[in-house]
Amino acid sequence: MSMKLSTRQVDGVTIVDCSGRITLGEGSVTLRDTVRDLLSKGNKKIILNLGEVNYIDSSGIGELVSAFTTTKNQGGELKLLHLTKKVHDLLQITKLYTVFDVKDDEAAAVKGFK
Amino acid sequence: MEQLVSYTLDSTLETVDHAEEKATRIATELGFGEDEVLQISMAVREGAVNAVLHGNQYAPNKKVTLAFERTAEDLVITIRDQGKGIDLSGIPNPLAPENLLKTSGRGIFLMRSFMDVVEIRPSQTGTEVKLIKHVHGSSVGHKEGSQ
Repeated sequence: MSMKLSTRQVDGVTIVDCSGRITLGEGSVTLRDTVRDLLSKGNKKIILNLGEVNYIDSSGIGELVSAFTTTKNQGGELKLLHLTKKVHDLLQITKLYTVFDVKDDEAAAVKGFK
Repeated sequence: MEQLVSYTLDSTLETVDHAEEKATRIATELGFGEDEVLQISMAVREGAVNAVLHGNQYAPNKKVTLAFERTAEDLVITIRDQGKGIDLSGIPNPLAPENLLKTSGRGIFLMRSFMDVVEIRPSQTGTEVKLIKHVHGSSVGHKEGSQ
């Protein structure tokens, strides 16, 4: 299953609902293009909802890091929402879990933006 | 040691997906549990990515060899490329604070996290990566794979 993305706005925050696989190739490129497009349009409060992401490889992890740092460097903020166990475990062993702002509750995540 | 199956694959992104699919199927057929199947398939995917991208650098005349073997105690997976050979001394620790926010460099670390043994043998004619997963318990069968 390839990656699918859709975006929606909630109280000035852009939520990107992701499903499928974030892996080398199409999945990573799709995520990268989406985040860059959002930032270029001034949407700098971003939540990546990964609740339907069932697989991620090292390239996908790199893409999450890239999205996080790119957003931060442009004065924005990016949070991760609803990690599946597989993604959660990967972020734990790569020590990235504490780097990202990870949330389990969408409403609280939206309210948590500065 | 019994060789279950061996594949010669092109240096393409499709090869990465195919390698992962083959690893998933063979590990499942051998009776590994769901978590171990995922670990094995992810390690093979990372090895295939390295072979295609960093080893063969997508060169159409270079191939990736993927072999699965079953010993009494292990599943042994060997991935070979035909590149210039990886420089192991140049691989930074992805867990070091200064490397945490790098966007690449986690493939070998993940392989080592998911497998019991990872042996990497670089040479001027390519790199060979051996991924070994121990067979735990009697539930893992000894079944012949098919191409």
